[in-house]
Amino acid sequence: MQQIVNFLFKNSITLLFLLLLGISLSFTIQSHAYHRSRTITSANAVTGYVYGQINKVEMYFSLSEENQKLASENALLKNMLFNKKDTVLATVPPSLGIYKVIPGKVIANSYSLQENYLTINKGTADGVKEDMGVVSSLGVIGYIEKTSKGYSTIISVLNKKFRLGAKIKKNNHFGTLTWNGKSTGFAQLVDVPRLATVVKGDTIVTGAESTIFPENIPIGTIEKVYIDKKTNYYTLDIRLFNDMTSLGYIYIMENKDREEIQQLQQATVPPNE
Amino acid sequence: MNSTVIINILRFILLLAIQVAVLNRLDLFGFLNPYPYILYILLYPVNGNKALLLVSAFFMGLFIDMFLNTGGPHAAASVTLAFLRPTFFKFSFGVSYEYQTIKINDRLSPERFSFILISVITHHLILFLLEVFRFNLILTALLHTLYTTLFTLVICIITIYLVKPAKT
Repeated sequence: MQQIVNFLFKNSITLLFLLLLGISLSFTIQSHAYHRSRTITSANAVTGYVYGQINKVEMYFSLSEENQKLASENALLKNMLFNKKDTVLATVPPSLGIYKVIPGKVIANSYSLQENYLTINKGTADGVKEDMGVVSSLGVIGYIEKTSKGYSTIISVLNKKFRLGAKIKKNNHFGTLTWNGKSTGFAQLVDVPRLATVVKGDTIVTGAESTIFPENIPIGTIEKVYIDKKTNYYTLDIRLFNDMTSLGYIYIMENKDREEIQQLQQATVPPNE
Repeated sequence: MNSTVIINILRFILLLAIQVAVLNRLDLFGFLNPYPYILYILLYPVNGNKALLLVSAFFMGLFIDMFLNTGGPHAAASVTLAFLRPTFFKFSFGVSYEYQTIKINDRLSPERFSFILISVITHHLILFLLEVFRFNLILTALLHTLYTTLFTLVICIITIYLVKPAKT
């Protein structure tokens, strides 16, 4: 017994180090495991408050830019209001009825890592829940990962864990939107079938099978076309409409029918063994 | 003794605040951010309480992780640096370092430079390997380590020089 105590006492610093290292390594491994698995996020009161204060100051530097964006969006909405017959406007999905929109603001943004997250100033108190889609006036940004009372974190399009069903607007061919971690201006649409006709400059929008985003939310345009040698599918470089390095006001999309759809799908498909 | 404690607490808060408010958003060339918050660990008193250093370094890293949404690599790297600090002292200043009064924040000598350099490299190597966490991206991690080490080193040395007159 005495020897055990002596041993613990003599090596207390090493043991403390191993304990702390173990904790931080487990946090790290956990954060890389799968999405919504992290414990250490900026969706908490302290970091949210600090980022909110910093953002208040920063906002003054981009006031005119933000005003410009809001004004052009207002013009678009007014345009639709006054020309109600014109129903082919691309930016408004026809299925908007089942979606509730919550406005919010990005208070912290990262884009230099392999796994990037945003922090916004809306949380559970405003009705934000996990797995809600987030868009700006230009297009898709990401979806909610974690929420606290007043703040939430978003998995950005620029995150290697991000997956989203998307399609080519012209001919409805589906693919999966991912990011290869290289450039902040481009994402990749993978697994596009070879029989699809892909033309440089075509618009990519969100697909219909997603319960997170409404259909036909713009994402970007085709910039480059590759053929994946292993799978014989197309891989497309997509130039994003959003400048992910400067984001301001955003909209959170709540699908009111999401639970119903998921329950139905679970009831239909037997769980995989 | 008492003033040392207060100086260290202030240094902790100040470095954390500067890191979060300014340096994390530099993004030089799109990806370069210096991490001079490790100065807290380097400038901690040579004969100070080791357990306290480990715990405070852990929380320093954890706060940075929280603000950056990175998960845990900053905490792991900081704790490791805090633990290895005495070894680096021995390496740079000779075996009997505890008997001389070493001051890191003083005129830049080869010993001090080598100590800061080896600390920064160790910290950044662990940080970027854990942050990338993929074997096929090891080369990217090493390149990031190289560039960021240079950047952090410059910022650290400048900071030490600038702040020096304030200390008594």
